Amino acid sequence: MLISNMELIPGKRVTEHLGLVQGSSVRAKHVGRDIMAGLKNIFGGELKGYTELLQESRDEAMDRMQQQAQAVGANAILNIRFSTSSVAQGAAEIYVYGTAVILE
Amino acid sequence: MGDILIFLTLLALGYGFGQYAEKKHYRSLIEREQILNGLPAIASRIPPADVFYDQQLVIGNVVISVDYFKRFLAALRNLFGGRVTSYETLLDRARREALLRMKEQAQSMGAKLVFNVKYETSSISKGRKNAIGSVEILAYGTALIPPRNG
Repeated sequence: MLISNMELIPGKRVTEHLGLVQGSSVRAKHVGRDIMAGLKNIFGGELKGYTELLQESRDEAMDRMQQQAQAVGANAILNIRFSTSSVAQGAAEIYVYGTAVILE
Repeated sequence: MGDILIFLTLLALGYGFGQYAEKKHYRSLIEREQILNGLPAIASRIPPADVFYDQQLVIGNVVISVDYFKRFLAALRNLFGGRVTSYETLLDRARREALLRMKEQAQSMGAKLVFNVKYETSSISKGRKNAIGSVEILAYGTALIPPRNG
């Protein structure tokens, strides 16, 4: 499965559009991480736990999007976009969406 | 009395560690940016059409937080208005770090160019008393990798 944030792939033709596919994931870290993050809020610096958390949930969201695209029979997802929002303290929602297409 | 002492201690700790961490981060940013200068990242949406490249999605993200002292400065700024420099440097650092991580990923794949770069910003510790504490920056783009056989 080809996943790209390009709108078209040079040298390849889109034979069929299959519409929007999407994946989302909401995750929280265990309390220990939150306490560490609270400490970091005093000293400043990178919150490695949260960086990791968001990376993981982004992978999961992309996985779900990919499954959806497979279900409709696409072989590529083009023009994908990421979006993040915080739904509660210490939890984040990651949303990925793109266009499922069939490339020749 | 005790409250004031705790507050002052936090302020001093934040100032000391925060300044140190920021200086160190800027040094490492400049160093790594120089190394990766040969790999341009551009925001153009149309890829160069003459050569056929392999293309691959690359992503870099970072969550970074301000220290207590800077948050205090920002709160003061909220009274008087004006540029909140302490948050400006935070976002500047985060953006550059995210872009660098994306470029590092692209370089490990042997890419020559990253195009269609997009940034995405969000604050992840909303709902707390002091609204913005930490920001997440995500940078993503398409890496163009020249074919192996040249």
